[in-house]
Amino acid sequence: MMDISGTNTSDAILTAKAGISAKRKAKIGALKGLMYFAAALTTVLLVGIIGYIFFRGVPHVTWNLLSTTPSLLTDNIGILPNILNTLYIIIIALVFALPIGVGTAVYLNEYATNKKLVRVIELATETLSGIPSIIYGLAGMLIFVQAMNMGTSILAGALTLAVMTLPIIIRTTQEALKTVPDSYREGALALGAGRWHMVRTVVLPSAMDGIVTGIILSIGRIVGESAALLYTAGMANEILTPLKSITPGNAGATLTVSLYMYAKERGQFDVAFAIAVILLIITFVINISAKLLGKKLKK
Amino acid sequence: MIFTEKRQGDFMSSVIETKDLNLWYGKHHALMDINMAVPKNQITALIGPSGCGKSTFLRTLNRMNDQIEGVRIEGEISLRGENIKNLDANVLRSRVGMVFQKANPFPMSIYDNIAYGPRILGVHKKKELDEIVETSLKQAAIWDECKDRLKTSALGMSGGQQQRLCIARALAVKPEVLLLDESTSALDPVSTSKIEDLLLELKKKYTIIMVTHNMQQAARIADRTAFFLLGELIEYDNTEKIFSHPADKRTEDYITGRFG
Repeated sequence: MMDISGTNTSDAILTAKAGISAKRKAKIGALKGLMYFAAALTTVLLVGIIGYIFFRGVPHVTWNLLSTTPSLLTDNIGILPNILNTLYIIIIALVFALPIGVGTAVYLNEYATNKKLVRVIELATETLSGIPSIIYGLAGMLIFVQAMNMGTSILAGALTLAVMTLPIIIRTTQEALKTVPDSYREGALALGAGRWHMVRTVVLPSAMDGIVTGIILSIGRIVGESAALLYTAGMANEILTPLKSITPGNAGATLTVSLYMYAKERGQFDVAFAIAVILLIITFVINISAKLLGKKLKK
Repeated sequence: MIFTEKRQGDFMSSVIETKDLNLWYGKHHALMDINMAVPKNQITALIGPSGCGKSTFLRTLNRMNDQIEGVRIEGEISLRGENIKNLDANVLRSRVGMVFQKANPFPMSIYDNIAYGPRILGVHKKKELDEIVETSLKQAAIWDECKDRLKTSALGMSGGQQQRLCIARALAVKPEVLLLDESTSALDPVSTSKIEDLLLELKKKYTIIMVTHNMQQAARIADRTAFFLLGELIEYDNTEKIFSHPADKRTEDYITGRFG
């Protein structure tokens, strides 16, 4: 009978194994240490920045700041117009970007048969998403503000940002559509559904949480944008009615633009930090509510 | 003797007939000159090794291959004498239902899954839909298991239940023909036998064409069996004949397990 346990050779192998495992342990330990360090560094930086902003900003967030318009005559500083302008720009930009973006993604993923055209459009959206925002601002100024005669206005700013967020919405929607199993599509078609009926009743509902993610990202991008708005939406601090916000010629600074002005042009860092606190809170609230909405829609 | 008589009758009442059907995927010739008449109210099984064209053939019958790029089809397929090329694809698919290999209930309630097809056809009254849902689920022998949770998600059902739900969903639009593409291959033996019993019951009202990898299954429930090999229809006859006295050597080799 053959000795299948191979007692003689296994000794050498076992020692070798032991040696390797000791080496491996050291390697794993070192890597673990590096990872912990990286994680700790990230956390410290993040908490540090947020903490610093809150430390400097919170004492200056007052009801007066939130609820009034600024005036050089009374020496009052208030950011109500900027809060409203930010909201206006989010809403108007999404009203344009959402249907066009989702529509484009649906076309690319569900209808287009011309692979070349799809690739060209995808390349274009990828390129668009990599362009610095100030260039959107420049293009927006030339096209919306001047050529289309909207003047420096909320509308021109919102349209510029709509173009800017379009690639995000297209990409995230497309990714979401790709996660919808083909078996759903086949099932719907096999029951006699037309293509649009299939998209509307089966595909889009299944992709909804991904689309919502795209919307959150877009809102985040809009809230955080300032460069593209400097030339297009202007720096006015007057309260606008919703109707005025969609009428050409009514300029207005958003929170980020006003933050820039208070910090850079007027040197009022207390106000700038107060605005930063408000921006942080808005972003936080948007993220949380959108996540909850996405969860609810998925059910 | 009995066979010939029966066969004669079958051809008289065939529901689907193909004439010189050829199909290409790009340059690949996937179906070659298929001539086949599928008899009414019987179960016809399509067998053959992987890649022999049986699923392709099945999907041609309700024009699901239209979705795939680079497919070219020649020849004629008729549904009760009408060339299916001349039918609207959506209408055709409500007349020729299909159940897939993997159960694919939509991520919605059991009720909405069944009502999906009828709603496409324009049935929206709650009373009518209620009735359709109940009869369809009863026909698919799953009513008792889910009547108390019609409003819950279909994704919470077991694999076997999901597949019977998909059969019920296909039946809800009252098709004339039901196509099954290896619909039990992903199921456990108990669920499989439930579905086989169900099919034997359903053939009284529907014409059933099923692709199967399981030759015992074909032998158990099919009235007629077609053997495909490399895109050709090698032999098509009564199941008993195919499994006891196959006319072609290749059929014999396949069913005795010499290849496949």
